[in-house]
Amino acid sequence: MDAALAARNRQTLAKLLVVTGLMLGFAFAMVPLYRQICDALGISQTRVVGATNTQVDTSRTVTVELLASSSGLPWQFEALDREVKLHPGQVVTVRYRVRNTLGRPVVAHAAMNTAPARAVRYIEKQACFCFTNQVLAAGEERVMPVVFLVSPTAPRDIDTISLSYTFFELPQGAAS
Amino acid sequence: MSAAAPAHDHGHGHHDDHAHAHPTGLKRWLFTTNHKDIGTLYLWFSLAMFFMGGTMALLIRAELFKPGLQFLNPEFFNSLTTVHGLVMVFGAIMPAWVGFANWLIPMQIGAADMAFPRMNNWSFYLVVPAAILLVASFFVPGGAAASGWTLYPPLIIQQGIAVDMTILAVHILGASSIMGSINIITTILNLRAPGMTLMKMPLFVWTWLITAYLLIAVMPVLAGAVTMLLTDRHFGTSFFNAAGGGDPTMFMHIFWFFGHPEVYIMILPAFGVVSAIIPAFARKPLFGYASMVYATASIAILSFIVWGHHMFTVGMPAAGNLFFMYATMLIAVPTGVKIFNWIATMWKGSMTFETPMLFSIGFLCLFTIGGFSGLVLAITPVDITLHNTYYVVAHFHYVLVSGALFSIFAGVYFWLPKWTGNMYNEKLGKLHFWLSVIGFNLAFFPQHFLGLAGMPRRIPDYALQFAEWNMWSSIGAFIFGFSQLLFLYNVIECIRSNRKSEQMPWEGADSLEWTHLPTPAPYHTFETAPVIK
Repeated sequence: MDAALAARNRQTLAKLLVVTGLMLGFAFAMVPLYRQICDALGISQTRVVGATNTQVDTSRTVTVELLASSSGLPWQFEALDREVKLHPGQVVTVRYRVRNTLGRPVVAHAAMNTAPARAVRYIEKQACFCFTNQVLAAGEERVMPVVFLVSPTAPRDIDTISLSYTFFELPQGAAS
Repeated sequence: MSAAAPAHDHGHGHHDDHAHAHPTGLKRWLFTTNHKDIGTLYLWFSLAMFFMGGTMALLIRAELFKPGLQFLNPEFFNSLTTVHGLVMVFGAIMPAWVGFANWLIPMQIGAADMAFPRMNNWSFYLVVPAAILLVASFFVPGGAAASGWTLYPPLIIQQGIAVDMTILAVHILGASSIMGSINIITTILNLRAPGMTLMKMPLFVWTWLITAYLLIAVMPVLAGAVTMLLTDRHFGTSFFNAAGGGDPTMFMHIFWFFGHPEVYIMILPAFGVVSAIIPAFARKPLFGYASMVYATASIAILSFIVWGHHMFTVGMPAAGNLFFMYATMLIAVPTGVKIFNWIATMWKGSMTFETPMLFSIGFLCLFTIGGFSGLVLAITPVDITLHNTYYVVAHFHYVLVSGALFSIFAGVYFWLPKWTGNMYNEKLGKLHFWLSVIGFNLAFFPQHFLGLAGMPRRIPDYALQFAEWNMWSSIGAFIFGFSQLLFLYNVIECIRSNRKSEQMPWEGADSLEWTHLPTPAPYHTFETAPVIK
């Protein structure tokens, strides 16, 4: 093979390698390109912005009064938000504060009840300290959230609900 | 000139006037840069992989012989369908075509060898470790990749180390294909004999030129896609992981941007082989040579804008679905031109029906059926019900088995005399054809019915109403599978026999390797380029 031909072959090789490199780049360019096209066409499924809750019943307002107590435990336990006004279906977050005043760790569990009692089935909790046992070291203080909504199916005559939590101490050695 | 070729298998065919010694035995095959040796290596390799993938197919069909779980657990079944696909696509069909390209392209354009002989050796020896990785992945904890050959996330992200082996194998195979393609393009563009203009090249060379361009366009895209899978698995990226802001649907787009041209990569060389064989046995020149070239190029270009027809069910906008539907149907036009030209070539020809011609006609009829079921699947509303059913399985086996594989058989029988100097056993060749064509149709035609009735693919068990056709399909698959042992026997018997081939075993063959070279082709050919008038 003469030198001129070998040089021509190398030239072709170089050109084809450039094509190969460009196509490899194209594979990765498809990532932003895909995003752009999906956004432009409004068919993005993974990056939903400004989602709205269509289940909120804005035609009425329910007042939820928050109460806290502990049974046989000298704990300081109080609701930081005493009262919230909300529309059924609207997700709200309220906070409770608890402090273990004893000189020893305590395992306790909170129980919920409502007034009127029939409202209990319309309180839908998404996060609550009452789902698990709470372990507090001596003197420890903690702020705990409750995320809940009042179901839009709640009867219209329920316009005020008292939501009350009571802490009970669990025997030593109870699972935390 | 035929006197220059004493009989031996081509393995010892160093009978020209050149005195430089070349190594023998194992060293010859390891270090060879001869295009014929490398072609032989590719062809034997692909035959070995064909039997490997075929064994997996028969395990699948054995499990599906009856409803219920007989032999295999579902995970292993999924691995079998996955690796069967990968092995057949990347291990059997593609290397077989590269083998043909190595053997034939230099001889058909009057070149002494490929443009980069050393790189050619590397292309082949990269394929071997890749195949080992693929097959060995069955034996690692968790079993081989079980996502289907399309490697879809999120499933593929969650599997074990076998997936990493598969990804590495795909990387290596991609590198090998790209090197091979660059070699082929450079050979065709720069090494043609004086007077061999582009429009005088045999169609096999043309189809491979276009195939090679497709390969360097899409293999890097596949490499990119599997690299993203790899980094998603191990390096904390979220290309396809929805929890990190990625989108698994994007993988489908990237994969099928590679995947659709890939199916033409497997079928275009088949068009070239059939375009050589049908004129030879009809004893007429190919009808519409120029239109064949343009049709091949059109198919290649269209293949880049139809990938969405693999994903009609992912929720693309209706306009997108319609675009991909019409673009896909457009491909039927150049394909129709080709089918028409082959039939017109046979029209009023003095036809004889030796094995290569039988396989070519089998190709023509059955590939057309596969093309038509492809048109059915291109219709968006129809595809939405047929997506992922056995109808799809039937369709792509009609184009890949009776399309690509049958033309590989046709080509092997056609060129065996040129390669080995010996004639194969015509009776056994015909027996191989008839067993194959009957077994194949019995295996795959009923799968159309199963798909229309709603049987999903890639499931090891099925509802009772599918039992009858599955039984027939399995029987057909076993007939087809075992008759391929006859092919192996035919090839070995041909190499070892003493039935010397005539210089021109086929009257109508007209490309340079027949008209300008002795049979069998000597080890070195066209060291002085012929002049083409």
